[in-house]
Amino acid sequence: MLEYMTLILACQLIGEVTVSAAQLPFPGPVAGMVLLFLFLFIRGHVPDELTQVSSALLNNLSLMFVPAGVGVMVHFKLLGIDVIPLSVALIVSTALTIAITALVMVYLKRRFPQGNANGASND
Amino acid sequence: MVPAMTELRDVWVYLSASPLLHLTLTLAIFVSASRLYRALSMNPLLNPVLLSVIGIVLLLQLTDTSYDAYFEGAQFVHFLLGPATVALAIPLYRQFEQVKKNAAATLISLLCGAVTSALSAVLIAWVLGANTLSIISLAPKSVTAPVAMGISEQLGGLPSLTAVIVILTGIIGAMLGPLILNALKITDSSARGLAMGTASHGIGTARALQINEVAGAFSGLAMGLNAVATAILLPLFWKLFF
Repeated sequence: MLEYMTLILACQLIGEVTVSAAQLPFPGPVAGMVLLFLFLFIRGHVPDELTQVSSALLNNLSLMFVPAGVGVMVHFKLLGIDVIPLSVALIVSTALTIAITALVMVYLKRRFPQGNANGASND
Repeated sequence: MVPAMTELRDVWVYLSASPLLHLTLTLAIFVSASRLYRALSMNPLLNPVLLSVIGIVLLLQLTDTSYDAYFEGAQFVHFLLGPATVALAIPLYRQFEQVKKNAAATLISLLCGAVTSALSAVLIAWVLGANTLSIISLAPKSVTAPVAMGISEQLGGLPSLTAVIVILTGIIGAMLGPLILNALKITDSSARGLAMGTASHGIGTARALQINEVAGAFSGLAMGLNAVATAILLPLFWKLFF
């Protein structure tokens, strides 16, 4: 298990270094995700112990946003005089983005069914 | 009585200086919030992240604790965000057949979402009379925090305000997302995950992973792709219009 925790950290480290050296427009951990994906692609399967490590992390992903969330509340006054327009914009725009993205995806999957003949687009 | 109080204060002074207290506090409050959420049949308005944040902020204010002191302990949880993001490669790899099969639809939907997010937010804030600095800081709201702060700075916004806006967007998306998707009768897991990740980055992805692995895979993918798409497109559009 320790081997795969090390692998994940190594992917992140290489990702962080690459991103800052090449000034790429995404965070180091996302580059690390691509690296780990390539590792799995070459390996051809997900080792059991890697599944254990990743489940432990991903099952608790929500928790990891709590410290940053607390920081937000501390800086809430930054919203300042624009608290109303910003709040309305955040709620409406986020709802709209979710709706449009999902509707376009469902439409495209139905309109252009891929894969098996019975056009399976359901999960 | 008095010696006991002094002793108690000594213990408090010792604990508040060690990361253990605030680390334990973070976990304990999150565990309680998650239990409450499950006990009340997962009412989306009782989102555990939101409940925990509110609970912790209240406690910090009651005990007159600074955020820096809190973060001494909470940083250990915060640190895990990086490795967890790397670990998103695993659901993505497992669902890669699905992703490959729907690659074109995924990319087009993602771009529609990215444009909707920035454009609608900027328009609404502008119509409601927000000042320019707020509007600029709002534009990259759906992108994961480190990238959004970079874009905000590049456009002349306020990166710290953007950080606040990004986290709020994440929590709002995680809360409202499943409600909106159910109301629209969208049952396709790939569409659900893609929408959550595009609109509300990692916090949306955390929520999507609770739906199922397909939703989690598409959400993690959308988070990464939206960071790239918005970082490239938003500054281009901005120069075009302003």
